[in-house]
Amino acid sequence: MLVLSGVAVVILGFALRFNPLLVVTLAGIVTGLAAGFDPVAVVAMLGKAFVDNRFIAVAWLVLPVIGLLERGGIRERARTIIQKMHGATTGRVLTAYFLLRQLTATLGLTSLGGHVQMVRPVIAPMAEAAAERDGPLDDETRDHIRANAAAVDNIAVFFGEDVFIAIGSILLIQGFLAQNGISVTPPRIALWAIPTAVLAFVIHNIRLWLLDRRLARRKIAR
Amino acid sequence: MIGLDAIYIVAGLMFAAFATSHALDRSNPRRWRSAVFWGCFAVIMIAGSWLPHLVSGLFVLVMALLATIGLKPGKDITTDTATRETSAAKLRDRLFLPALTIPAVTVIGTLLLPLWRIDGVPAIDPKQVTLFSLAIGAIVGLGLALRLLRTNGTTAAHEGRRLVDAMGWAAVLPQMLAALGGIFAIAGVGKVVATLATDYIPMDLPLIAVVVYTTGMAMFTIVMGNAFAAFPVMTAGIGLPLIVGKFGGDPVIMSALGMLSGFCGTLLTPMAANFNIVPAAILELRDRNAVIKVQAPTAFLLLFCNTVMMALFVFHR
Repeated sequence: MLVLSGVAVVILGFALRFNPLLVVTLAGIVTGLAAGFDPVAVVAMLGKAFVDNRFIAVAWLVLPVIGLLERGGIRERARTIIQKMHGATTGRVLTAYFLLRQLTATLGLTSLGGHVQMVRPVIAPMAEAAAERDGPLDDETRDHIRANAAAVDNIAVFFGEDVFIAIGSILLIQGFLAQNGISVTPPRIALWAIPTAVLAFVIHNIRLWLLDRRLARRKIAR
Repeated sequence: MIGLDAIYIVAGLMFAAFATSHALDRSNPRRWRSAVFWGCFAVIMIAGSWLPHLVSGLFVLVMALLATIGLKPGKDITTDTATRETSAAKLRDRLFLPALTIPAVTVIGTLLLPLWRIDGVPAIDPKQVTLFSLAIGAIVGLGLALRLLRTNGTTAAHEGRRLVDAMGWAAVLPQMLAALGGIFAIAGVGKVVATLATDYIPMDLPLIAVVVYTTGMAMFTIVMGNAFAAFPVMTAGIGLPLIVGKFGGDPVIMSALGMLSGFCGTLLTPMAANFNIVPAAILELRDRNAVIKVQAPTAFLLLFCNTVMMALFVFHR
């Protein structure tokens, strides 16, 4: 039971809005101490665990590329394209991206997208530009549109990738069931991901349509 | 075989360039905070395989302390909106090419790199080809972007630094959370949580077992930040013994919908930092939890749908 003190640190730390990096570091130290390791061993354990997970930071190699493209005006170009397009709304831009992201994910192409590579330089500026046709955005609306763009990227890929038979989660399920003496084939697991994939598309795109209606009311109110 | 250390060194050198950009920024009196933070991270990336773990751990502590007192980066060295609009009008859709090159090279590399063999053994560990391909894609993309903008590596370092400063400590939070997951696993936190759920909830009815399993997957994921960590624990604790063992459910339907219920939890938690906290930072949102708030209604509805589908279909063979 004592090892749960780390979980308590996380919940309390996030609830009290302390710096998350500090909260997570402290949770690691508290968990290690609670499991009976001495402080020096705990710091070494933290160091090893952090070093072991360096693969996560490799994705940041795209930062200079995206930074340079922003300098070259990629966000301004994305805005121009939408401004010239008839009938483009925030919801429709995001629905189009949802469809593209989910379909490519079902083919296993999960790297086509992402918050740094696609949402910040292209999708968010497009979604904002569509809404700005009805007049300038206040900070709150702008943040809300950006948060919606990020959410589309997540939801589309989460509920698309499981339809692909060679994705990590399907292989994890297959491996885990095999360890427990149950032999299954990946296509059967992937098949049962399809209903949720369809529901995710329907539910979230209805919400995007409602977002459009709320944004349109803003125009009438003006 | 070419090891992962090769790309860790490349990534580490990039962070060293960001740290240098900060250290040279004399206009910012607090420049050492950011310089030391990214410098520590660069050292861990480059030398982590060879440093004693205690030293890496101390670097991690220094980073956590600097993040807590505030990194306070200086002003970005970049162009203004007018310059960018002129540049956008000139370069037009060519601007998208380097960005699209990254995923294209990643996909092609993932397919082709496993074929590269030196003396009959794979040149690159087959498990790591995606990571290698991503790194190669980023480097090719950088080359194209530098040519397109007719600029040099210093500008690339300043522009990369601008984005990393927009995120600040949030950029290393996913790695720290993964490290916490590792410590949780050593300490056996998952098993204790699963035991708590199974010991205190009476599961005499198939429906209750299904509801406890799907919501348990979501809640465990919210705590751990990762559905992959929740799945083995919840499935071994509740799924296999009760839904499959006691009530004769189909393990495939249960596992597929169980994992997807975990993904609903991922949409709801700051612990899944790379999906929820990092985008809020990179999009410069004022509310750290803004992305989670937008995702919450979809997540709850989908969790409900998954539970209903499992209750309807899992027991029919």
